[in-house]
Amino acid sequence: MPRVVVDVVPKPEILDPQGQAIVRALPRLGLHGVRDVRQGKHFELDVEDDVDAETLHRIAGELLANPVIEDWTVRRL
Amino acid sequence: MSAVCRIGVITFPGTLDDVDAARAVRRAGAQPVPLWHADDDLHGVDAVVVPGGFSYGDYLRAGAIAAHQPVLRAVLDAARRGTLVLGICNGFQILCEAGLLPGALVRNAGLHFVCRDQRLRVENPATAWTGRYAPGADIVVPLKSIEGRYVADASTLSELEGDGRVVFRYLDGNPNGAMHDIAGIASADGRVLGLMPHPEHAIDPLTGPSTDGLDLFHSAVDTVLGSVRG
Repeated sequence: MPRVVVDVVPKPEILDPQGQAIVRALPRLGLHGVRDVRQGKHFELDVEDDVDAETLHRIAGELLANPVIEDWTVRRL
Repeated sequence: MSAVCRIGVITFPGTLDDVDAARAVRRAGAQPVPLWHADDDLHGVDAVVVPGGFSYGDYLRAGAIAAHQPVLRAVLDAARRGTLVLGICNGFQILCEAGLLPGALVRNAGLHFVCRDQRLRVENPATAWTGRYAPGADIVVPLKSIEGRYVADASTLSELEGDGRVVFRYLDGNPNGAMHDIAGIASADGRVLGLMPHPEHAIDPLTGPSTDGLDLFHSAVDTVLGSVRG
């Protein structure tokens, strides 16, 4: 059964305070050089063989992501 | 049609404020009608309240799962026919996720849950839900949310501002980073209203910071009964 990965991240213009909190935490661990973090969501879907690309994009765009605030990518593994 | 205004109050798994919403409806002289997430019709109600809480545990995004339940499809159909709809807090998030109101509600800029008595300005007293308020009225109702930051793209914001659809605005500092200090917005016809603060918790001096919230429910009753009288 094919596996599909959908990654969802906040749009660039949407303030991501969780990502900013991560950026500020890293130097406290002695980990330097990270300028920006955007926190998103990662979905792994096991789908039937006959699920087409259009259906996958509807799954991503109509439920997994909110297109008002988020961008998404769909990948077949 | 009867002369009693019937207002539906929806309960999803995880809804918290349906009891207070029904109480506010009753206090305003209307008859509350309990509606369940699996209902596929609204039992002929004149208006619907989508109350606050954590429907479906806020899984995926606040309001995202509730927005696709059968009762919400019935709400979308009813709203198209002019039925009044009020979304409070999680209910506002649900109406945005369902596309009935524009924009979205995201994590507070300060990342903290905010729980306080919040001053608001009533920016538009001409909607179906705000007719009892004086223009520019200053009211106090509780705010309790962590996903309360209203966001929308620039063209949506300018349309909302230009058309008087920003109905409530935060006063005394922005509690969550909402764009343009927006606490509540309405549909173009003024019959669908969503707001983050909780008017249903401000209807009785015994339990709330004021009784300022009650006029929201009175306004809806006025609208419904006024249109019945024609």
